[in-house]
Amino acid sequence: MDFSIGSDLFGYHVLWTILWSDILIFFLVGAITLFLISLRKNPENRQRWRQVFSTRLGMSTFVIIMAYIAIALGDSIHFRKALPAVEDQGSEQIFYSNTVNSLLDLALGEMGEQHERTYSAPFALKSWNKENLLLPGGERVRDYPVLKYGGQHLKNDEDKQRDIALYSLLGLGKGLALALLLISLHARWLKKRSKSSEPTLPWRAGWITFAIIMALLGWLITLGNLYHVLGTDQAGNDTLYESLKGIRTGVLIGTLATLITMPIAISLGIAAGYFKGWIDDVVQYIYTTLISIPGLLLIAASVLLFQVWINNNPDFFEVGLEKADAKFLALCFILGITSWTSLCRLLRAETLKISQLDYVQAAHAFGVSHFQVIRRHILPNLSHIIIISFVLDFSALVLAEAVLSYIGVGVDPAMASWGNMINMASTELSREPSIWWNLSGAFFLMFVLVLSVNLFSDLVNDAFDPKTQLEAA
Amino acid sequence: MFAYIIRRLCYAIPILIGVNLLTFILFFIVNTPEDMARAHLGDKYVTEQAIQEWIADKGYDQPLFYNPKASGLEQLTGTIFFEKSVKLFAFDFGNSDEGRNIRSDVVDRMGPSLALALPTFIIGIWVNISVALMVLMFRGSRLDRFAVAVFVTMMSVSYLFYIVVGQFFIAKVSRLVPVSGYNEGIDGWRFLILPIAIGVISGIGAGARWYRTLFIEASGQDFARTARAKGVSEAGVLFRHVLPNAMLPILTGVVVVIPSLFMGSLIMESFFSIPGLGSYLLDAIQAQDFAIVRAMVFLGSVLYIIGLILTDISYTWADPRVRLN
Repeated sequence: MDFSIGSDLFGYHVLWTILWSDILIFFLVGAITLFLISLRKNPENRQRWRQVFSTRLGMSTFVIIMAYIAIALGDSIHFRKALPAVEDQGSEQIFYSNTVNSLLDLALGEMGEQHERTYSAPFALKSWNKENLLLPGGERVRDYPVLKYGGQHLKNDEDKQRDIALYSLLGLGKGLALALLLISLHARWLKKRSKSSEPTLPWRAGWITFAIIMALLGWLITLGNLYHVLGTDQAGNDTLYESLKGIRTGVLIGTLATLITMPIAISLGIAAGYFKGWIDDVVQYIYTTLISIPGLLLIAASVLLFQVWINNNPDFFEVGLEKADAKFLALCFILGITSWTSLCRLLRAETLKISQLDYVQAAHAFGVSHFQVIRRHILPNLSHIIIISFVLDFSALVLAEAVLSYIGVGVDPAMASWGNMINMASTELSREPSIWWNLSGAFFLMFVLVLSVNLFSDLVNDAFDPKTQLEAA
Repeated sequence: MFAYIIRRLCYAIPILIGVNLLTFILFFIVNTPEDMARAHLGDKYVTEQAIQEWIADKGYDQPLFYNPKASGLEQLTGTIFFEKSVKLFAFDFGNSDEGRNIRSDVVDRMGPSLALALPTFIIGIWVNISVALMVLMFRGSRLDRFAVAVFVTMMSVSYLFYIVVGQFFIAKVSRLVPVSGYNEGIDGWRFLILPIAIGVISGIGAGARWYRTLFIEASGQDFARTARAKGVSEAGVLFRHVLPNAMLPILTGVVVVIPSLFMGSLIMESFFSIPGLGSYLLDAIQAQDFAIVRAMVFLGSVLYIIGLILTDISYTWADPRVRLN
């Protein structure tokens, strides 16, 4: 879907492009925010979240996760830039580029457009492979060709070390300055609304994490526009850029896959536990059947079939990215289908338990409708299960993406993803000398995300699971 | 007990029919045989005749559910549903796209799959439980917290990364073992030792952490406190009281996997070129050989259901209080 509003972005003519996954991710982030705000009204839930954030670990991991989500959201606002006007073109007519950009691309500057010919090492000035070069004198030599972009602002190759050090300081400084500004604003805001009754949260841990992330980003963006900080891959794309673009894929897989099917899991689970009888039998039959198919196989079969469908219906998609996006959404949906069953089972068991309790019986005696009983008495008591399963599934899904990409049923190769990068690395490592940077970029970003989510979900689990609450008491 | 098993097997039938229907819908109704033929033969430059030939060759040229042209029982048996789906119940998987019999391929490839999956599974459980018990000895200490941090870190590393890096450093740089391959018989161990080691190590994070929680739950209960009050040593409490009592949840998670070991490991087998069922399936996925994928989906579900029944039976063995009826 393309449309233009006002169409000016920092002086560029742009055509906004909206992908289905963009709509979904913003819708879902909005829904989660609303859900969390509605939970804030409940003093018990407030207390639980407070417990999560009262640890330094909870604060830091939350900041890291938020940074990932912010980058993913920035990468989810797409547009197509206007092409520079050609001479014999009418003045009103504007042609738009076929490549789709995002706000993240703007923030990263030129990083995504600096394509080399093939592999080059981190901070290299010359290519990784020897090629036949034609010297100006007409002589042919076999040597490493000079890179088109990496470090080409240098007048003298020996200056490289000093130049890197200088720009590192500059980049770190820029990032830190911005971070300090935001932190001081936040600190002032906190001071204004501070109430002495509530114990203060460990904001300092969050601030330090934030400052580190900002400094790192500042450093990477500054240097990334001058050098290839993590080298380039086989097609000559900047590895750092590709790994940063992979953030969107990872975050979206983690959130969309669970959330697309969460309504199904919640409604079926509650219906089975609440109404019992034949509804319960049917729901149980459905999820037992789905569980008994090995997950990976079901995913592989469904993705294969969807691929066949896409290939036979190419007219549905205008830009290449839209096709990749459709495939991606299908993958999320299929991943969700295979993982909703466990949540559904948990919800059914809990609903069975709750609907026997006195207050539900009392509500029935007062003639409250089924819908109202579920909304007022059952759903709020299931919210902890939903939250826990959401955060626990997230990291598993991010990791699953890499495995699926290896099997060939993951995201489209046109879409940057850590899975695709790690898969390429398995052959690149065995080259002589080996190419390690493609693996390292994807691995590091994925590891940090999954580790933060794992640590955070442990804290959420501790705070929300009644079982651990009892043990602590 | 015997009657219980028979009854459970009867319960399995509707589930298998469900699986069968689902795969049938996925493979024959969502995408018609013509779509598949087109995908196989190439999208654009394919003639109608070539498509029809491909369909006839694979036996997809019959009606889906009901064949009005035939007579008698043939009206039902002469259909795609009977030929391709119902026959799975008799483990008649038909032929792959290459024309090989799928069942004999599956039987041939179970051996290598088991040779890799079974040791990984057994050593994995043994290592995980030992590590968890060891950590539990130091519960609450700095070592315990450190160990948990290590577990979470190990969990957060992609499985692929373990394989890629392990293969690179152990096989390619150090040249301790062959990079990949497989050999029948006892001297095949050189090929298997690295994938087994990687499989075990990559599982420690999640596994040991899970066992640790199970053991902590059991060791907080009254019988453990009583044992400590009697003066039983901490190791004695763990081995004599905590471990047997944590057996039920361990069995729940572990026994159900055992039959599925036959299916092998998709990724491990393809990275180390072990000719098992995992790499068979992966090749089929990449070649879009739907007959094999369909057969494997069915086989996987059968094995999973057997695993569920085995789990129930193992309960009676682990806990005399459990009676199956």
